[in-house]
Amino acid sequence: MSNALTKNKISLLKDNASSFLFIVPAVMIFSVFYIYPFYDIFKLSLHEWNGIDLQKHFVGFENFVELMSDNEWWGSLWHAGFITLVALTFQNLLAFALAFACDRELKMKNFYRVVFFIPPVLSEVVVGLIWTWILYSGTQYGEHIGLLNYFLDKIHLQHLINNWLSNPKTALPCIAIVHSWKGFGWGFIMFLAGLQTIDRQLYEAAKVDGAGKWGMLKNITLPMMIPVICVVVILTILGSMQAFLLIISMMGNGLADYTSVPVTKIIDAMIGSKRFGYACAQGVSFGVILIMISFSFKIIADKLKKI
Amino acid sequence: METNKYRMLQFLGSVVIHSFLIVSALSCLFPLFWMFRSSLMSLDTIFTDKSFIPSVINFGNYATAWIDGGFGVYLLNSVLYTVVVVTGIVIISSLAAFAFSRLEFPGKNFFFIMFLVAMMIPLPGSFVPLYVLMTKLGLVNTRIGYILCMINVGLSMSILLLKTFFDKMSSDLEDAARIDGCSKLRIWWHVGLPLAKPAIAVIIIFNSLNVWNEYILAQLLLNENNLMPLQVGLMRFQGAHSVDYPVLMAGLTIAVVPIVFVYLVMHKHSFNGLTSGATVG
Amino acid sequence: MKRLVVILLCLLISLGCAKKQKDTNTITLWHWMTDREEVLQELAKQYEAQTGIKIKIELYAPSETYTRKIIASAQTKVLPDVFGILDKKEIFAAFIKNGFVADLTNEFSKNNSEWEKSLFPKALDINRFEEDNVYGVNPGIYGVPLDVTNIQMLYNKKLLKKAGFENPPKTFDEFLVMIGALNRIGITGFVSGWGELWLADCFASNYAFNIIGEEKIMATYRGEVPYTDPDWIKVFEVFETLKNKGALIDGIVTKVNKFAEQDFALERAAFAFNGSWCVNVYQKMNPDLDYAPMIPPSISSNYPMKIWGAAGSSFVVNNSTVNKDKAIAFLKWLTDEKQQTFLSKETKNLPANRKALSSIPKVLFDFAKVADQTTHPTVWKYNEAVLVAEKFDKGIQSIIIGDKTPSQVAQEVQEVKQQVMEKENRRKKRQ
Repeated sequence: MSNALTKNKISLLKDNASSFLFIVPAVMIFSVFYIYPFYDIFKLSLHEWNGIDLQKHFVGFENFVELMSDNEWWGSLWHAGFITLVALTFQNLLAFALAFACDRELKMKNFYRVVFFIPPVLSEVVVGLIWTWILYSGTQYGEHIGLLNYFLDKIHLQHLINNWLSNPKTALPCIAIVHSWKGFGWGFIMFLAGLQTIDRQLYEAAKVDGAGKWGMLKNITLPMMIPVICVVVILTILGSMQAFLLIISMMGNGLADYTSVPVTKIIDAMIGSKRFGYACAQGVSFGVILIMISFSFKIIADKLKKI
Repeated sequence: METNKYRMLQFLGSVVIHSFLIVSALSCLFPLFWMFRSSLMSLDTIFTDKSFIPSVINFGNYATAWIDGGFGVYLLNSVLYTVVVVTGIVIISSLAAFAFSRLEFPGKNFFFIMFLVAMMIPLPGSFVPLYVLMTKLGLVNTRIGYILCMINVGLSMSILLLKTFFDKMSSDLEDAARIDGCSKLRIWWHVGLPLAKPAIAVIIIFNSLNVWNEYILAQLLLNENNLMPLQVGLMRFQGAHSVDYPVLMAGLTIAVVPIVFVYLVMHKHSFNGLTSGATVG
Repeated sequence: MKRLVVILLCLLISLGCAKKQKDTNTITLWHWMTDREEVLQELAKQYEAQTGIKIKIELYAPSETYTRKIIASAQTKVLPDVFGILDKKEIFAAFIKNGFVADLTNEFSKNNSEWEKSLFPKALDINRFEEDNVYGVNPGIYGVPLDVTNIQMLYNKKLLKKAGFENPPKTFDEFLVMIGALNRIGITGFVSGWGELWLADCFASNYAFNIIGEEKIMATYRGEVPYTDPDWIKVFEVFETLKNKGALIDGIVTKVNKFAEQDFALERAAFAFNGSWCVNVYQKMNPDLDYAPMIPPSISSNYPMKIWGAAGSSFVVNNSTVNKDKAIAFLKWLTDEKQQTFLSKETKNLPANRKALSSIPKVLFDFAKVADQTTHPTVWKYNEAVLVAEKFDKGIQSIIIGDKTPSQVAQEVQEVKQQVMEKENRRKKRQ
């Protein structure tokens, strides 16, 4: 009896071990190239260091204390949060709507599927160049040079003409919209991949039961899509919170403190002011905040799944 | 009467849907067209020639970009890095995701959450520790060092994505395979991977783009010019002050072509391969 | 599939493990100047043909990436034989104090200071540390200037003529009159890439020298004069006036310099504020552009107007390389008249060598004429703390977009200044 039990135990252990082997390569690469640098970064965040000195000066949690009262840092987090909110709503709704439209038996469906993936493929340089031209706000001999202002002028909406990128009210929304435009292709392909995994028979059955289009969307599509939506939302949060290249290529150092985001702040502190310790403290706290957001979202999503 | 009204509504609906699609598509196509158009112009006409199709078409920029930019070597390197890194990520992350989703072992949740957490923490400052580490390992200025780092970059996100898809798959086929006495590794290879094809296609697209567009880590870890990827070549076109826009645009256009090709190939697998696979759902 | 991976991996490993031998006949040089890469490669080829010493030139771009590379390499002590430091003097000093950079003073003074005398003194000053400098570096020269950059105002002759003016303005009031006339015929007055804060900072610094004078500026940096001083408020008011008179191009506060250069080259604005590298840029964008540099019109007669200049790109020599002498010899050769003439002709930058000045383009020569009116943060005795400077520059943006008044900005900058000074004092006490 006991013999059989130990045998069972051994085989279970063997089974566990062989299962564990599956994640060994990932864990190995991860420990070397991620955990070690992260440990170092955390250590750096407790020091004062200019990036060059061979001696680092230990200051304890001083950097974190300073961070707590750094309004500009918290402001930059709010800006990133704003971009993320726009991306979560505008970008993902757009992506879902387009994916939903392309999921049907549509002519040129393949054409759209390719075209919507162009913005993510384009380099930030091109996107920045084009959008700064669209949003350009100067005139030459009374003619507007920027595409948007020119257009507004021509359709007699002069009161809407604006310094799009240097007006505190519009600068951040403009960035958020360009960011969403650049990123919706990702949501699109993931939603589309998810939509395609839904069994068509479910729709047929619902049709027989007399369900309308809205009912099918609500009762079949959305519930089936929850896992994919979760992934897209998490990736959108991560991608948008860390967006910064567009801001740099469209407006350099940004508009006063109206368009700063955490990553530009960290780069400024590190490469600009050579305050490596402080930059690392910013990085660590930023990471903690992202983890909190993502996990609270995950908890909400898990509850939703159960309903 | 009723059917007419219904038809009318349906027609209106499809008009709305199509115009929505067309407008969105145009906004995506425009930059591509603009980039291509600019790449055919010369520096003194690029800012002044406002015509839709440039009056003087000049393909010479492509030759300039290719030869002066040394694109031949860069392109080969980029292809090599992309293929190896993406292959590595697909194998390693699908193994891990399969285990996280389908297998049981102690510490499973701990490790999964560890990967999730890692995805969240940006490491903008990690370049110093990373470089120190790579020097200690003797991997600075080697292809393999750069490849390992890039695999690490894409790993977490790929595991999360793949796990989501593995979770969604029914276990019928897998159970059948297990009863037939297949080993776990064989189930992963013969059942898991084929079923996860669409998700893998997404991962391939995502990571290819990521590796293809990378230039910061490459310049940090590599020294030799003949080890550098394409984006480094493109960064060199963009001077701090002077930019030769037409040549830059030509270079950017060259750089976009392979990645669009990857997308075209993968998107077929991703979407068309699925409708037939009724086992998923 | 598996076989493919195995083959690829083998290939990689065999390719990847390049042998690391220290070749004493090869000098490695790292730089960030995309626009000078071709010329430097060409010069390296010439040098190898002449001396048999190979110069391996490696370019890292953009400059931020280059900075990362240098910092990371310093930590692992694998810096190249020759490199450049793209930072404030404080960081330059840190490189020296940690023993990464060779002291070249002796080299410069050899043969009756032959090398030193061949170069512009102001260009050398950038790399010089004076007696009793605040950084605590042994006095001496630590870098070799490759070229010189002046940052000045420019005016478009054609547009000015259109508005009825033959000559550029001498005073700020004249300048404002011209702006009014230009605006009336639909031409924007002034453009600059102030989306890159340092350019706005430079402009403010020019006017600070004119209004306040160097001595009082240095006193401010030492913390003895507050930013709320009426003179500093006058400096901020320059920006308010420019804005109120409609001189600034729309969206100037977020304009990246590349776009500002485009605007001036396409004659969308009559005045610009830009560095002497622009000669090359404008030449490429619009060869017919008829323009000339000028000193920014002075607003006060108390002190002379000063512009930033003389600080171009410099190279330093790795202190721990076995190739030190060879590296120095190469830099000496690079700053010789012949090579300097070639460099400035090809890249349209001001040369660091005096004799090479004779053969440069006319516009560029105009830039060089004002050498006695130049100054640069790297030659000042004191520099403002980064955090204060950041607040200062953002304050300028706030004034231009009408968010804050000059006195509000002065107040805010002073608050940051006090915080920084308190922190500094606490640190001193601790040590």
